[in-house]
Amino acid sequence: MTEEITPDLFEKLGNLAMLDFDEKEAEYLRMELNHQIKAICILESIVVEKDMPQDVHGVTFCQEYRLPLRADVWIPFDNPDEILAQAPRVEDGYIVVPDISHTDRD
Amino acid sequence: MDIIDQSAFEIAKKIKQGDLSAVDVLNAVLDRIAAVDGKPGTLDYDEISKDDETKVHAFITLTADRARKQAELVDARVGAGEKLGPLAGVPVTIKDLFCLKGVRTTAGSRILSNFIAPYTATAIDRLENAGAVVLGKVNLDEFAFGSSNESSAFKPTPRNPWDLTRVPGGSSGGSAAAVASGQGFLSLGSDTGGSIRQPAAFCGVVGLKPTYGRVSRYGTIAFASSLDCPGPLARNVSDAALMLSVISGSDPRDSTAATLPVPNYLEGIDRGVKGMRIGLSPDYMLIAYPDPTTGEILREDLEKEIRDATLHAADVLAAEGAEIVENVPLPNSVFGIPAYFVLSRIEASSNLHRFDGVKYGYRSRDGFGDLHEMYRKTRAEGFGLEPKLRILMGMYLSGEQFSKPFFQHALKVRSMIRADFDSAFNPNGKYRIDALLTPTTPTPAFKIGDVYGDSMLMQYADQLTVPANHAGVPAISIPNGLTSQGLPMGLQLIAPDFAEASIFRVGYAFEQATANADWRRVRPHTLTEIGL
Repeated sequence: MTEEITPDLFEKLGNLAMLDFDEKEAEYLRMELNHQIKAICILESIVVEKDMPQDVHGVTFCQEYRLPLRADVWIPFDNPDEILAQAPRVEDGYIVVPDISHTDRD
Repeated sequence: MDIIDQSAFEIAKKIKQGDLSAVDVLNAVLDRIAAVDGKPGTLDYDEISKDDETKVHAFITLTADRARKQAELVDARVGAGEKLGPLAGVPVTIKDLFCLKGVRTTAGSRILSNFIAPYTATAIDRLENAGAVVLGKVNLDEFAFGSSNESSAFKPTPRNPWDLTRVPGGSSGGSAAAVASGQGFLSLGSDTGGSIRQPAAFCGVVGLKPTYGRVSRYGTIAFASSLDCPGPLARNVSDAALMLSVISGSDPRDSTAATLPVPNYLEGIDRGVKGMRIGLSPDYMLIAYPDPTTGEILREDLEKEIRDATLHAADVLAAEGAEIVENVPLPNSVFGIPAYFVLSRIEASSNLHRFDGVKYGYRSRDGFGDLHEMYRKTRAEGFGLEPKLRILMGMYLSGEQFSKPFFQHALKVRSMIRADFDSAFNPNGKYRIDALLTPTTPTPAFKIGDVYGDSMLMQYADQLTVPANHAGVPAISIPNGLTSQGLPMGLQLIAPDFAEASIFRVGYAFEQATANADWRRVRPHTLTEIGL
């Protein structure tokens, strides 16, 4: 593998992550990412048995100690105004945000 | 004995019996907070004064009035002869990663600096239903990303009560510092890679990471959802057991919370360790660090003081009747940190997508052309460096071309780490151990500023704790003496799934066997400085 994170790739990652940076910050983060990748690459050299499972978490949850999934029933929150009050800008019960960018199709 | 020097168990008992009032206990703790804590953490506080350097700074939000109402209610109930919960009147703190309705919940981040939680986390609900008095929210690394509490946006960040020039550890640094300095008897923390155990070790207190799923994560601001575990910090093992009994259990609002019955963890805690098999592993007596050029993992012996203290603890337990089983192999634990880099960052990156300035929290005040620009500016201004680093790494590793070599491979490495523990704990296997005994951290608490900024070195502070998170098994850190510099050392005990009772039994036996040790009479500097 081991693709070093170039400034171009860093910019791409920033776009995907919806983050802006100043120059100093970008350089620090890019350097740290590259250091971390060196340590992560050690994973490639670990020999793993062919039939080793992929555990999404360590503890095996058998049916006996899992709750059944709740019914797919809509339960309204008792005070939606409390939730809406959290939003930075609300008008007439709607959360207001800037418009998405529109591009004309050719 | 001073009110604050008593255990949570004793305080609860005396309040129930009417020998102490909950309000008096609260007042004693508030006096302690006033004496040692200094300014609570706030945003944009950059000039740390000389006076700030002499205080602990555990808190972000102190809810003294709310706590007083709770304490008064407990006293009224005592007066009316009503039945009380097991923690009635006991002041506790909460890591500011847990939602508490009507109270600011920040995750140590600017992006949630104005967020007032509309609901309460299950673990806090259970504490309050048991009568606990919530003092307020304590500081943490931003979004629980860190091992020193230095990344919090709320400054001054907490300092280690044993040496105020050193970190308390992280990410539950405020919790550990608060318990160690008598600012509350218990604290609710969270542990994803060691974030309860490591600060507990650094601050000389007890900290437990329960089995994954033992305690509901509902209301916990998520870091890595397959690894996060809420858990107790306390001054002794019995208090940690008491708190775990209260907060554990099934929860329909968390599908990963186990439905296994919750035992009374105090029952049988004093049974001793005769006949128990306690393992030592050579794989936990070495420290690993990555070569800065190649990334190859290099290993060297643990610091002699920590190694000697761990082996001495094994001798203490052997003298109490435990059988010490040496050379238990856990060879894949050394890959815990590389696998953690992958899995925790991918999950963290995903969990932090929701912070976008739309529905709650901080929104940038700059003008923006469109929605995407709002997202970018809000997240740029709202997140600190550590969340940005983790989000970027998570985005990078989430790429399709890395799914097989990294993500899937890391999941398999997690399985291998888990398999090592299964083999060690297998009752029909070669080792058949009831608990594994290891040091908690490779070093004692480091100086403020010494490690922060080097994300690799900071992550490797968790190398001895992270394998238990991968495996999901329970693990505790208990105090194990002081270094020659007077800094606490932690002893880690790891047990099979849902065997917290075994951990408590061993931990309690060790506490009793070392009750008269000289180091137990030494108090944190922040207290001795003011004559306490």
